[in-house]
Amino acid sequence: MPVTGVQKDIDTRTLTITAEFAAPVEQVWGIYADPRKLEQVWGPPTYPATFVEHSLAPGARVTYYMTSPEGEKHGGWWEIAEVDEPHSLRFRDGFADADLNPVDTAPVSENVYRFESIDGGTRAVYTSTYATAEALQQVLDMGMEEGATLAINQIDDFLAAA
Amino acid sequence: MTEGTSEDRADALFHALADRTRRDIMRRVLAGEHSVSALAQHYDMSFAAVQKHVAVLERAGLITKRRVGREALATGDIDAVRSVGSMLTEIEQVWRGRIARMDDLLASPSESGSSSPSPIKTTKEH
Repeated sequence: MPVTGVQKDIDTRTLTITAEFAAPVEQVWGIYADPRKLEQVWGPPTYPATFVEHSLAPGARVTYYMTSPEGEKHGGWWEIAEVDEPHSLRFRDGFADADLNPVDTAPVSENVYRFESIDGGTRAVYTSTYATAEALQQVLDMGMEEGATLAINQIDDFLAAA
Repeated sequence: MTEGTSEDRADALFHALADRTRRDIMRRVLAGEHSVSALAQHYDMSFAAVQKHVAVLERAGLITKRRVGREALATGDIDAVRSVGSMLTEIEQVWRGRIARMDDLLASPSESGSSSPSPIKTTKEH
Protein backbone atom coordinates (compact mmCIF):
# COMPACT_ATOMS: atom_id res chain seq x y z
CA MET A 1 0.00 0.00 0.00
CA PRO A 2 1.49 3.29 -1.03
CA VAL A 3 -0.51 5.53 1.37
CA THR A 4 2.07 6.95 3.76
CA GLY A 5 0.04 9.50 5.66
CA VAL A 6 -3.50 10.60 6.44
CA GLN A 7 -4.28 13.89 8.12
CA LYS A 8 -7.74 15.05 9.10
CA ASP A 9 -8.35 18.62 10.14
CA ILE A 10 -11.79 18.52 11.69
CA ASP A 11 -12.06 22.30 12.13
CA THR A 12 -11.41 23.07 8.49
CA ARG A 13 -12.92 19.77 7.27
CA THR A 14 -9.79 19.05 5.29
CA LEU A 15 -8.50 15.63 4.41
CA THR A 16 -4.85 15.34 3.37
CA ILE A 17 -3.60 12.04 2.01
CA THR A 18 0.03 11.39 1.21
CA ALA A 19 1.00 8.51 -1.04
CA GLU A 20 4.21 7.33 -2.63
CA PHE A 21 4.28 5.75 -6.04
CA ALA A 22 7.13 3.81 -7.59
CA ALA A 23 6.94 5.82 -10.79
CA PRO A 24 8.28 9.19 -11.94
CA VAL A 25 6.21 12.36 -11.48
CA GLU A 26 5.47 12.61 -15.21
CA GLN A 27 3.93 9.16 -15.19
CA VAL A 28 1.71 9.93 -12.20
CA TRP A 29 0.63 13.19 -13.83
CA GLY A 30 0.01 11.17 -16.99
CA ILE A 31 -2.83 9.32 -15.25
CA TYR A 32 -4.65 12.61 -14.58
CA ALA A 33 -3.85 13.94 -18.04
CA ASP A 34 -5.27 10.93 -19.86
CA PRO A 35 -9.04 10.45 -19.34
CA ARG A 36 -8.80 6.76 -20.35
CA LYS A 37 -6.28 6.16 -17.57
CA LEU A 38 -8.08 8.39 -15.10
CA GLU A 39 -11.30 6.42 -15.45
CA GLN A 40 -9.41 3.29 -14.43
CA VAL A 41 -8.62 4.78 -11.04
CA TRP A 42 -11.33 7.34 -10.24
CA GLY A 43 -14.37 5.18 -9.61
CA PRO A 44 -14.42 1.85 -7.79
CA PRO A 45 -14.57 -1.13 -10.20
CA THR A 46 -18.28 -1.55 -9.50
CA TYR A 47 -18.86 2.20 -10.11
CA PRO A 48 -16.67 2.74 -13.18
CA ALA A 49 -16.08 6.33 -14.21
CA THR A 50 -16.46 7.71 -17.74
CA PHE A 51 -14.89 11.09 -18.46
CA VAL A 52 -16.82 13.03 -21.07
CA GLU A 53 -15.07 16.39 -21.19
CA HIS A 54 -11.46 16.46 -20.08
CA SER A 55 -8.82 19.14 -20.23
CA LEU A 56 -6.31 20.08 -17.57
CA ALA A 57 -6.10 23.76 -18.37
CA PRO A 58 -6.91 26.70 -16.11
CA GLY A 59 -10.61 27.52 -16.44
CA ALA A 60 -11.41 24.22 -18.14
CA ARG A 61 -14.29 22.07 -17.02
CA VAL A 62 -13.96 18.32 -16.69
CA THR A 63 -17.14 16.24 -16.58
CA TYR A 64 -17.62 12.61 -15.77
CA TYR A 65 -20.16 10.13 -14.57
CA MET A 66 -19.91 6.96 -12.58
CA THR A 67 -22.23 4.08 -13.41
CA SER A 68 -23.75 2.12 -10.54
CA PRO A 69 -24.19 -1.66 -10.75
CA GLU A 70 -27.87 -0.93 -11.50
CA GLY A 71 -26.87 1.26 -14.43
CA GLU A 72 -27.64 4.54 -12.67
CA LYS A 73 -25.42 7.46 -13.63
CA HIS A 74 -23.87 9.68 -10.96
CA GLY A 75 -22.35 12.77 -12.50
CA GLY A 76 -19.52 14.99 -11.39
CA TRP A 77 -17.55 17.99 -12.60
CA TRP A 78 -14.21 19.62 -11.96
CA GLU A 79 -13.39 23.24 -12.56
CA ILE A 80 -9.67 23.55 -13.08
CA ALA A 81 -8.20 26.57 -11.30
CA GLU A 82 -4.41 26.17 -11.44
CA VAL A 83 -2.14 23.86 -13.35
CA ASP A 84 1.60 23.45 -12.91
CA GLU A 85 2.32 20.36 -14.97
CA PRO A 86 3.50 17.86 -13.73
CA HIS A 87 3.68 19.17 -10.15
CA SER A 88 0.35 20.52 -9.06
CA LEU A 89 -3.31 20.78 -9.90
CA ARG A 90 -5.93 22.84 -8.09
CA PHE A 91 -9.61 22.41 -8.88
CA ARG A 92 -13.15 22.50 -7.53
CA ASP A 93 -15.04 19.23 -7.53
CA GLY A 94 -18.83 19.06 -7.52
CA PHE A 95 -21.78 16.82 -8.32
CA ALA A 96 -23.75 16.73 -11.55
CA ASP A 97 -26.98 15.05 -12.64
CA ALA A 98 -27.13 12.18 -15.12
CA ASP A 99 -27.02 14.73 -17.99
CA LEU A 100 -23.85 16.22 -16.44
CA ASN A 101 -25.52 19.49 -15.48
CA PRO A 102 -24.02 20.75 -12.20
CA VAL A 103 -26.23 20.22 -9.15
CA ASP A 104 -26.20 23.65 -7.47
CA THR A 105 -27.53 22.37 -4.16
CA ALA A 106 -24.76 19.79 -3.85
CA PRO A 107 -21.53 20.54 -2.03
CA VAL A 108 -18.34 21.56 -3.80
CA SER A 109 -14.92 20.63 -2.48
CA GLU A 110 -11.66 22.48 -3.02
CA ASN A 111 -8.84 20.18 -4.08
CA VAL A 112 -5.11 20.53 -4.43
CA TYR A 113 -3.02 17.66 -5.78
CA ARG A 114 0.76 17.97 -5.53
CA PHE A 115 3.36 15.63 -6.98
CA GLU A 116 7.05 15.79 -6.13
CA SER A 117 10.00 13.64 -7.09
CA ILE A 118 11.42 11.49 -4.36
CA ASP A 119 14.13 8.89 -4.53
CA GLY A 120 13.06 6.71 -7.44
CA GLY A 121 9.44 7.75 -7.39
CA THR A 122 6.75 10.28 -6.63
CA ARG A 123 5.28 11.62 -3.45
CA ALA A 124 1.66 12.69 -4.03
CA VAL A 125 -0.18 14.92 -1.58
CA TYR A 126 -3.95 15.13 -2.05
CA THR A 127 -5.85 17.81 -0.15
CA SER A 128 -9.65 18.04 -0.18
CA THR A 129 -11.50 20.71 1.77
CA TYR A 130 -15.25 20.71 2.39
CA ALA A 131 -16.97 23.98 3.26
CA THR A 132 -19.18 22.74 6.10
CA ALA A 133 -19.98 19.64 8.11
CA GLU A 134 -23.28 19.56 6.22
CA ALA A 135 -21.39 19.47 2.94
CA LEU A 136 -19.49 16.47 4.24
CA GLN A 137 -22.71 14.74 5.18
CA GLN A 138 -24.13 15.49 1.77
CA VAL A 139 -21.08 14.07 0.04
CA LEU A 140 -21.50 10.85 2.00
CA ASP A 141 -25.26 10.86 1.40
CA MET A 142 -24.71 11.19 -2.32
CA GLY A 143 -23.08 7.85 -2.64
CA MET A 144 -19.66 8.22 -1.11
CA GLU A 145 -20.58 5.68 1.56
CA GLU A 146 -21.17 2.98 -1.01
CA GLY A 147 -17.97 3.94 -2.73
CA ALA A 148 -16.11 3.79 0.57
CA THR A 149 -17.33 0.30 1.38
CA LEU A 150 -16.42 -0.86 -2.09
CA ALA A 151 -13.02 0.74 -1.80
CA ILE A 152 -12.39 -1.02 1.52
CA ASN A 153 -13.32 -4.35 -0.03
CA GLN A 154 -11.09 -3.65 -2.93
CA ILE A 155 -8.14 -2.89 -0.68
CA ASP A 156 -8.73 -6.21 1.03
CA ASP A 157 -8.59 -7.93 -2.36
CA PHE A 158 -5.49 -5.97 -3.16
CA LEU A 159 -3.77 -7.05 0.06
CA ALA A 160 -4.86 -10.65 -0.35
CA ALA A 161 -3.27 -10.72 -3.78
CA ALA A 162 -0.03 -9.27 -2.45
CA MET B 1 -18.26 8.31 20.62
CA THR B 2 -15.88 5.94 18.95
CA GLU B 3 -14.48 6.41 15.45
CA GLY B 4 -16.15 3.37 13.98
CA THR B 5 -19.80 4.39 13.93
CA SER B 6 -22.18 1.54 13.50
CA GLU B 7 -24.56 1.62 10.56
CA ASP B 8 -27.54 2.24 12.87
CA ARG B 9 -25.75 5.09 14.52
CA ALA B 10 -24.93 6.60 11.14
CA ASP B 11 -28.54 6.22 10.01
CA ALA B 12 -29.79 8.07 13.09
CA LEU B 13 -27.18 10.78 12.65
CA PHE B 14 -27.91 11.42 9.00
CA HIS B 15 -31.65 11.24 9.53
CA ALA B 16 -31.40 13.74 12.38
CA LEU B 17 -29.36 16.23 10.36
CA ALA B 18 -31.30 15.82 7.14
CA ASP B 19 -33.89 18.29 8.46
CA ARG B 20 -33.31 22.04 8.25
CA THR B 21 -35.06 22.85 11.54
CA ARG B 22 -33.04 20.22 13.35
CA ARG B 23 -29.80 21.57 11.90
CA ASP B 24 -30.83 25.02 13.08
CA ILE B 25 -31.63 23.70 16.55
CA MET B 26 -28.25 21.99 16.52
CA ARG B 27 -26.45 25.26 15.77
CA ARG B 28 -28.20 26.97 18.68
CA VAL B 29 -27.58 24.26 21.24
CA LEU B 30 -23.92 23.96 20.28
CA ALA B 31 -23.54 27.63 21.17
CA GLY B 32 -25.05 27.06 24.61
CA GLU B 33 -27.73 25.42 26.68
CA HIS B 34 -31.28 26.24 25.62
CA SER B 35 -34.60 25.29 27.14
CA VAL B 36 -36.92 23.59 24.72
CA SER B 37 -39.49 26.34 25.20
CA ALA B 38 -36.87 29.00 24.37
CA LEU B 39 -35.99 27.05 21.22
CA ALA B 40 -39.66 26.76 20.29
CA GLN B 41 -39.95 30.57 20.10
CA HIS B 42 -37.64 30.60 17.09
CA TYR B 43 -39.80 28.42 14.92
CA ASP B 44 -43.17 28.79 13.33
CA MET B 45 -44.43 25.49 14.71
CA SER B 46 -45.92 24.13 17.87
CA PHE B 47 -43.96 23.51 21.04
CA ALA B 48 -44.77 19.80 20.64
CA ALA B 49 -43.30 19.77 17.14
CA VAL B 50 -40.08 21.42 18.32
CA GLN B 51 -39.96 18.97 21.22
CA LYS B 52 -40.21 16.16 18.68
CA HIS B 53 -37.29 17.55 16.69
CA VAL B 54 -35.24 17.81 19.88
CA ALA B 55 -36.11 14.18 20.66
CA VAL B 56 -34.83 13.04 17.25
CA LEU B 57 -31.55 14.89 17.83
CA GLU B 58 -31.34 13.38 21.31
CA ARG B 59 -31.86 9.86 19.98
CA ALA B 60 -29.10 10.41 17.44
CA GLY B 61 -26.81 11.35 20.32
CA LEU B 62 -26.38 14.90 19.01
CA ILE B 63 -27.79 16.62 22.06
CA THR B 64 -28.25 15.83 25.72
CA LYS B 65 -31.12 17.09 27.87
CA ARG B 66 -31.26 17.78 31.56
CA ARG B 67 -34.19 18.78 33.63
CA VAL B 68 -34.11 21.92 35.78
CA GLY B 69 -37.38 22.40 37.62
CA ARG B 70 -40.11 22.39 35.00
CA GLU B 71 -37.75 23.05 32.13
CA ALA B 72 -35.82 20.66 29.91
CA LEU B 73 -32.46 22.15 28.93
CA ALA B 74 -30.83 20.94 25.74
CA THR B 75 -27.09 21.09 24.99
CA GLY B 76 -25.26 20.11 21.83
CA ASP B 77 -22.93 17.17 22.25
CA ILE B 78 -19.55 18.26 20.94
CA ASP B 79 -18.47 14.65 20.63
CA ALA B 80 -21.18 14.08 18.07
CA VAL B 81 -19.80 16.95 16.07
CA ARG B 82 -16.51 15.11 16.13
CA SER B 83 -18.26 12.57 13.96
CA VAL B 84 -17.04 14.91 11.24
CA GLY B 85 -13.84 13.00 11.89
CA SER B 86 -15.46 9.70 11.08
CA MET B 87 -17.01 11.19 7.96
CA LEU B 88 -13.55 12.22 6.81
CA THR B 89 -12.46 8.67 7.54
CA GLU B 90 -15.07 7.39 5.11
CA ILE B 91 -13.81 9.71 2.42
CA GLU B 92 -10.29 8.56 3.28
CA GLN B 93 -11.39 5.05 2.33
CA VAL B 94 -12.45 6.30 -1.11
CA TRP B 95 -8.98 7.78 -1.49
CA ARG B 96 -7.28 4.60 -0.40
CA GLY B 97 -9.18 2.77 -3.13
CA ARG B 98 -8.16 5.30 -5.76
CA ILE B 99 -4.52 5.26 -4.70
CA ALA B 100 -4.41 1.46 -4.71
CA ARG B 101 -5.80 1.52 -8.27
CA MET B 102 -3.22 4.12 -9.31
CA ASP B 103 -0.50 1.98 -7.85
CA ASP B 104 -1.78 -1.00 -9.85
CA LEU B 105 -1.99 1.03 -13.02
CA LEU B 106 1.49 2.51 -12.60
CA ALA B 107 2.91 -0.94 -11.94
CA SER B 108 1.25 -2.58 -14.92
CA PRO B 109 3.80 -3.47 -17.62
CA SER B 110 1.98 -1.47 -20.31
CA GLU B 111 2.10 1.65 -18.17
CA SER B 112 5.59 1.48 -16.71
CA GLY B 113 7.32 -0.40 -19.46
CA SER B 114 9.22 -2.25 -16.75
CA SER B 115 9.24 -5.98 -16.17
CA SER B 116 8.05 -5.70 -12.57
CA PRO B 117 4.30 -6.18 -12.34
CA SER B 118 3.96 -5.72 -8.58
CA PRO B 119 3.83 -2.34 -6.85
CA ILE B 120 5.90 -1.52 -3.80
CA LYS B 121 4.14 -2.65 -0.67
CA THR B 122 6.72 -1.78 1.91
CA THR B 123 5.56 1.71 2.81
CA LYS B 124 4.23 2.17 6.29
CA GLU B 125 0.63 2.63 7.16
CA HIS B 126 -0.98 5.07 9.60
